[in-house]
Amino acid sequence: MTAVTDREATGAPPRLVGPRRPLEPAFRLTLLVSLVIAVLFLVILLVYVVTEGWPRLDARLWENFPSRLFPERAGAQSAIFGTVYVIALTAVFCIPIGVMTAIYLEEYADRERWYNRIIELNIQNLAAVPSIVYGILGLGIIARGIGLGITLITAALTLSLLVLPVVIIAAREAIRAVPNSIRQGSLALGATQWQTIWRQVLPAAVPGMATGAILALSRAIGEAAPLLLLGAVTHITFSPASLTDSYTVLPIQIFNWIKEPEAEFHTLAAAAIVILLTILLAMNSVAIWLRNRYQKRW
Amino acid sequence: MTEPRQGTAKQDEDAPPVQTFLRYTHRGAPGLADTVFEVADLSVYYGDYEAVRDVTMAIGRRQITAMIGPSGCGKSTVLRCFNRMNDLIPGARVSGKITYHGEDLYAPEVDAIEVRRRIGMVFQKPNPFPKSIYDNIAYGPRVNGVRKGLDDIVEEALRQAALWDEVKDKLKESGLSLSGGQQQRLCIARTIAIKPEVILMDEPCSALDPIATAKIEDLMHGLAQDFTIIIVTHNMQQAARVSDRTAFFTADVDDQGVRHGRLVEYDLTGQIFTTPSDKRTEDYITGRFG
Ligand SMILES: Nc1ncnc2c1ncn2[C@@H]1O[C@H](COP(=O)(O)OP(=O)(O)OP(=O)(O)O)[C@@H](O)[C@H]1O
Ligand SMILES: [Mg+2]
Repeated sequence: MTAVTDREATGAPPRLVGPRRPLEPAFRLTLLVSLVIAVLFLVILLVYVVTEGWPRLDARLWENFPSRLFPERAGAQSAIFGTVYVIALTAVFCIPIGVMTAIYLEEYADRERWYNRIIELNIQNLAAVPSIVYGILGLGIIARGIGLGITLITAALTLSLLVLPVVIIAAREAIRAVPNSIRQGSLALGATQWQTIWRQVLPAAVPGMATGAILALSRAIGEAAPLLLLGAVTHITFSPASLTDSYTVLPIQIFNWIKEPEAEFHTLAAAAIVILLTILLAMNSVAIWLRNRYQKRW
Repeated sequence: MTEPRQGTAKQDEDAPPVQTFLRYTHRGAPGLADTVFEVADLSVYYGDYEAVRDVTMAIGRRQITAMIGPSGCGKSTVLRCFNRMNDLIPGARVSGKITYHGEDLYAPEVDAIEVRRRIGMVFQKPNPFPKSIYDNIAYGPRVNGVRKGLDDIVEEALRQAALWDEVKDKLKESGLSLSGGQQQRLCIARTIAIKPEVILMDEPCSALDPIATAKIEDLMHGLAQDFTIIIVTHNMQQAARVSDRTAFFTADVDDQGVRHGRLVEYDLTGQIFTTPSDKRTEDYITGRFG
């Protein structure tokens, strides 16, 4: 206030020169350095695997089955198919259950009730449980207890349990992002609660839910720990054809090859890593595409 | 446009009160014969907090009733009771009575969804669905089970909402692509499309510029031929321009220092704005309030 009156009194022009702010560029630089470190490691990793695996990145990799004796003839077809099947099955199990749980928690559950709060808290905690624990659970309950054995379906069920909390959390976020005014507008027109959810909330939440689910599934793809326990270790020379077949997946196949003494197998492992990364990148691109394509403006 | 509507309201005053509604009509709205709602000793609670206390009023059929008053006096709260939107707020409950054509709105066997199909609502902030203009309008009829003749319903609703000429060539475009004023008329059209008897409007123009506001006010005069309208507004000129009757609410502080909304005065709009009988009403409309 005084500055203004001074200026009016003296008639001097306003001064636009501010103090120096050395922290601003310093802060900016710190952020930039962090970014460079993160990206650099990623790039180094990618370049390293691609150069390592280059000699074996050819059709043999997806046309042939693993072979202990002839590394030059070995391929990862069973593991590639195994991975695709396991992930597809996992999606079939965990997405409907995850979405329905999220709808219940967001649209129906009374947050004041203690049991609903306990459920919420537990879902958060479950998302943080190490994956090996889910492997033990899968082995003890699904494989042995229920008796599904060491099969494709056991692996998919176990991975479903592993990613379910993440799917639920992502779906809840997506549902919560739908503005309440949309629900009220629908209800005020005489729509029932279920009509409102089905015709307004879910369509608006689908992009967010799909993105979350895909990211959760890409996490599951790379998981080796729980599947190691579930017997995917064996050397499989056929692609799984039914739910109760034994199977192998890429992370396990990579792990097996790395253990071998011959250098050819290590090249093979690097090539398989490139395949795994390609599948992951493809899934993430679908997630990004979905998000951009169906993103809602309010 | 205001003049003839005031005229019809005056005729109501001369008409003999209907016997069965005698008590409420006399307390609620002197001389109002043809009523849609009778509100008697309505109190609304949010948890333990009594937000509105002892409201008694009657709403005339095919009239525009305005609710005015300072912020926080419970206008929206009362408005939401008419179509049971308060049911959606956890902890909200009502005591007293609201009847709709003599039927208790809050009777246990009454289905809130049926209520909302007859009593539509337009909100303060335009809230079109993220769908096409066509689907926005067709949504209400669709959820109510209408499958045939949707094109006609959509066109008629848009015409009644004075929006048809502006959007007839882009019915497939998103409702969100319209301007704010158009969006609000879209929301009004959407409400009209379910053919309610009553339309509740909570500050429908507060997010709009004067031209869009004037359009909606014009629209309301036309709509009052077919619909009963209750409008909450902060704009006193608007209440004076559009309504037949005006209810003035304010908030009283009780012995414990808690504020409760109350209905101070309810009368013909002309009466309220020229010769209010309560000092508080007079202070408010002349801008001496707060
Ligand atoms: N959902 C709610 N939960 C708890 N209290 C509420 C809720 N909605 C309103 N209230 C309270 O009820 C009282 C009346 O609020 P209401 O929104 O009806 O006022 P209003 O007259 O519409 O005000 P405004 O003109 O600002 O819109 C206020 O004290 C408010 O804090
Ligand atoms: Mg309000």
